[in-house]
Amino acid sequence: MLGWEFPPFISGGLGTACYGLTKALSDLGTEILFILPRGSTNQRLERVHVVSAGDKTAPRGRTHTYWTVDGLEHVKLIPVGAAVTPYITEQEYLEQRKREEQARASTVTEKAETGPPAVDPSRPTSLGIFAAPDIYAGDLFSEVHRYARMVAEIARTSEFDVIHAHDWMTYPAGLSVAALSGKPLVVHCHSTEFDRSGTNVNQRVYDIERAGFHGASRIICVSRLTKDLVTSRYGVPESKCRVIYNAITVNGEPIFHQCQKIEEDDKIVLFLGRITMQKGPEYFLAAAKKVLEVMDNVKFIMAGSGDMIKRMIELAAAMGIGHRVTFTGFLRGDDVDRIFEMADLYVMPSVSEPFGLAPLEALSHDVPVLISKQSGVSEVLTHALKVDFWDINEMANKIIAVLRHPPLRKTLREHGSFEVRKFAWSDAARACVDVYQEAVQNG
Amino acid sequence: MASVCFYFQVHQPFRLRRYSVFDTDTNYFDDYKNAEICRKVAQKCYLPTNRLMLELLRRYGKEFSVSYSITGVALEQFQKWAPEVVDSFRALADTGQVEILAETYYHSLAFLYSREEFRDQVTAHTAKIGETFGLRPRVFRNTELIYNNDLAHFVQGMGYIGICAEGADHVLGYRSPNYLYRPIGCDRIALMLKNYRLSDDIAFRFSDRNWAEWPLRAEKFAEWVNQVNGNGFVVNLFMDYETFGEHQWADSGIFDFMYHLPEHVLKHKDNDFMTLSRAAQAYAPVAELDIPHMVSWADMERDLSAWLGNAMQSNALHELYRLEEAVKTSGDPQLLHDWRRLQTSDHFYYMCTKWFADGDVHKYFNPYESPYDSYINFMNCLDNVRSRLRR
Repeated sequence: MLGWEFPPFISGGLGTACYGLTKALSDLGTEILFILPRGSTNQRLERVHVVSAGDKTAPRGRTHTYWTVDGLEHVKLIPVGAAVTPYITEQEYLEQRKREEQARASTVTEKAETGPPAVDPSRPTSLGIFAAPDIYAGDLFSEVHRYARMVAEIARTSEFDVIHAHDWMTYPAGLSVAALSGKPLVVHCHSTEFDRSGTNVNQRVYDIERAGFHGASRIICVSRLTKDLVTSRYGVPESKCRVIYNAITVNGEPIFHQCQKIEEDDKIVLFLGRITMQKGPEYFLAAAKKVLEVMDNVKFIMAGSGDMIKRMIELAAAMGIGHRVTFTGFLRGDDVDRIFEMADLYVMPSVSEPFGLAPLEALSHDVPVLISKQSGVSEVLTHALKVDFWDINEMANKIIAVLRHPPLRKTLREHGSFEVRKFAWSDAARACVDVYQEAVQNG
Repeated sequence: MASVCFYFQVHQPFRLRRYSVFDTDTNYFDDYKNAEICRKVAQKCYLPTNRLMLELLRRYGKEFSVSYSITGVALEQFQKWAPEVVDSFRALADTGQVEILAETYYHSLAFLYSREEFRDQVTAHTAKIGETFGLRPRVFRNTELIYNNDLAHFVQGMGYIGICAEGADHVLGYRSPNYLYRPIGCDRIALMLKNYRLSDDIAFRFSDRNWAEWPLRAEKFAEWVNQVNGNGFVVNLFMDYETFGEHQWADSGIFDFMYHLPEHVLKHKDNDFMTLSRAAQAYAPVAELDIPHMVSWADMERDLSAWLGNAMQSNALHELYRLEEAVKTSGDPQLLHDWRRLQTSDHFYYMCTKWFADGDVHKYFNPYESPYDSYINFMNCLDNVRSRLRR
């Protein structure tokens, strides 16, 4: 499994989906070798134990140091030191690299004393991390290929039946491993370049995606919407595609009400997600403006970070609704729970959303949702309000209705919190196992 | 004796247009769509079926008769957009073998909320039937066959000799729907119960190829009617008129079935066809029937849950009827008419979340993408009605 992000450091839906699926597969008894790209940040993972190659407890013939994780019985985690992170763009990658290099320059003397870092990417360090001479390659694409090389190195000495790669940055690695081992590749498409960049497609990303789709035996798409994109824009035969919807972990614990609302009378409408073109934040603000023309006791919260945040703050101010819109920045863990608890309505105005996990999270927090029809989750979610992302009048109309009519909130909540239970990772995992079997049998 | 009593329901609601919270005009109804649907159903169902019925009525004379219930809002729309449908119904009424039943003009749930409003609407409907067809209804049927003891009692007080209800298993128990009953506490009115098995064989199962009895032919159906001979008086076949040509398409053979049915039913000398008021007079009730809870002909539950099953529906209905006094004292006839057209039960049926996720008959009849959309739209219209009252 070439996946992304483990708790508690999850920056979005891709990480959540990878973790949920991996856990459910492990529960089904599927043995998983999970390759986890770890950037320069040496964040501590929860519930992780290091089993080094030299350990007596390590199984015979194991040449790699790997990690085990509590609760994921059948998963062996191999971290690789690659600076690929979900959602990163070429520009962001270069900026990040510059920042890191500046930071490192200040500690360079200290490093010199402790000796040079391991150069061989395949040689594990004492931390179990495949350290690299320089964690950053030239640009994002070089980094993607460097990551592929490291993964291939690991694969050479590991045993597995199927390769499962999540999103474009892992496709080159998946293809290399497939070529090396002769095992079938299953790529999991959580989003395409068309979702992320609209029509300003990055040709190199597109080419990598296209190569991945064509080189894979099977393509798992997170919705029919995504499947249609994959078949129409990448020229992939429909027979190779399978739709497996994402799911959510509902823990069934009662939500405990601990926080006060900002002001008792204020209704709260929530946007939660990356503030990028794909997520349609400007439509949220345009609808907010319309709502405030009719009602005044409403607060709009935009939770998340992204490359459009500055423009959105300026836009809210220019529209004259700045005092009614709050930007919280990126939220995680308890803060997400708390913000959901405060919200009267969650809005996802995405321009293009391959699936959209956040509405399911909102529903599991008993928050009614208004979602864009241009989202994969709207194919399967019935107890939600739906709107075309560009139709700001209708969006405002529905926001106002939810805020004004408690019976509407109640009905949406009651049915929604029930419906959300049908999205179980165990079902998605079973469907994945079927796809693996297909791939192994049919090549 | 087995008297076949056909009663066909004819109804078209004034569907609402998309009415946003930002709209301020008072045109709540979607004239374009309503006209389109009226004309479409007229061509597929009303006109061809009326032609067929007229032929049967003429051929069999006094031996064949049927009853209709036509809502005021449906008649209004026919007059506006498909006047030939009104003419064709008039031709049926003129044969003298056709009865028109009484109901609420607006196909509303008024009985549940306001007896005064209910009476007004029944009176308005009777007036409309009198002026259009020259007939005076003597048997009453409530919207969607919603019924209980109180309704029977109230309707008896209005002078009707018969009332219809669903022959639901949970109210009948061991009893048969093929007799007439007396509602408990009443002394004059006859209760006539729908034989839902035989009715639904035509209305729902007719074109179902997985049904063991498919294809259903008139001969076979007439045999089932014959089986009632000796253990019942009537076979009450109550159904939507749109069964013919709209729910069951012409190519299913539904028209041929109906064309041949009288011939095969009348082969047995003890069988005949009756209007509901004739049956109410011809047969005596065999027992008292106590139905304290509301029953209807909708869904498996046969209760009110299709219109009052969730918080949105009950909220919309309560908010609507709360305006009754203000609307009536406003002295604005257009406002009164608009408010009443909002009472049509279909608006609340669209808000039903019961089977929404599974998708079935509710979805088929629903012009909205979701029950939530229909509630939002309805409440926006209602808001505007409220603002007209404040003016």
